[in-house]
Amino acid sequence: MEISSDKEYIYTSSELDRQEGALIEEVKAGAGESVPDPDAWLEEDAKRNIVLTSIDMVLNWARRSSLWPVICFPACCAFEFIAAEGPRFDMSRFGMEILRASPRQADLMITAGTLTWKMAPVVRRIYNQMPEPKWVIAMGACGVSGGIFRSSYAVVPGYNKIIPVDVYVPGCPPRPEALIYAVQLLQKKIAREHPMPDPCELIPKGVKR
Amino acid sequence: MTQVYAVKDLAARLEERFPGSLEESDGDSLVVRAGSLLAVMAYLKDTVGLEFDYLNYITAVDYYSYFEVVYQLTSLTHNHTVVVKTRCQGRNNPSVPSVTGLWGGADFQEREIYDLMGIGFKGHPNLKRIFLWEGFPGHPLRKDFVP
Repeated sequence: MEISSDKEYIYTSSELDRQEGALIEEVKAGAGESVPDPDAWLEEDAKRNIVLTSIDMVLNWARRSSLWPVICFPACCAFEFIAAEGPRFDMSRFGMEILRASPRQADLMITAGTLTWKMAPVVRRIYNQMPEPKWVIAMGACGVSGGIFRSSYAVVPGYNKIIPVDVYVPGCPPRPEALIYAVQLLQKKIAREHPMPDPCELIPKGVKR
Repeated sequence: MTQVYAVKDLAARLEERFPGSLEESDGDSLVVRAGSLLAVMAYLKDTVGLEFDYLNYITAVDYYSYFEVVYQLTSLTHNHTVVVKTRCQGRNNPSVPSVTGLWGGADFQEREIYDLMGIGFKGHPNLKRIFLWEGFPGHPLRKDFVP
């Protein structure tokens, strides 16, 4: 069997392999602690009750009612997601009908399935390519914690080792109802968000008056 | 239904054609010495009446003292099948000849065995890891692998 010579390409095949290996080791080395939820501060009652403006409400309504998931389904939970998208469960009732093949047009990542370390850099790149604001639902036992593969040498123990996660859906796989409930939880979470800056933050800092 | 080719007959033919090529032949399978693997495989593939033209799978077993590579061959012409095994000693650099020249489908499976078991295939055109990444320590399907 003949294979084409490495010389035809800018990088040789083995160079690309080594680069990929180095990238995976880098992701692995940086995955010690779970990434905390960046929106945890939202729980503070005072902030959300006092300074929620009508612009906030409109923005949050628009954002939560048109969640567009990106296509990033590494394993079998994807089928449960497909069922949830299909006519029987019909997730489009909640304004998230459209799956985007391009992460640049999406704002929700539903991580349906086991993530291996070899796939981890790809998923993180997809996440980084999504524009703000963006949210992540960790779907299924593998997405939450690695599931039954948690102790494997090849599996990422939970997506929150790689990217921040907003809502966790347990189950192996979760029923479509569970996924829809997770989306509703996320919508509630988005409704509490605070996209407009505080009026006091609009005042330039360090100005004495 | 695919018939299992009579291993006893096949062993006698191989012993006659390639003396000393067989390590043992029990009821189910032929164990071929690694040195004569390619000659025996080519014979099995090309001889009229045998014509094992389809490679079902390759896999490997770790028996601690040696590795065994297992091939299942089928003849789509005659609808019969046989299991051929070969052994390689040592845990540092065990190797057996590659059969990619005979059956192209062996390519990825030999890479998989190389990746997970650490058995080299001499003559393979592109022998590198296929599931795990470059730089992964060790070969995880070996019995003595500790993650």
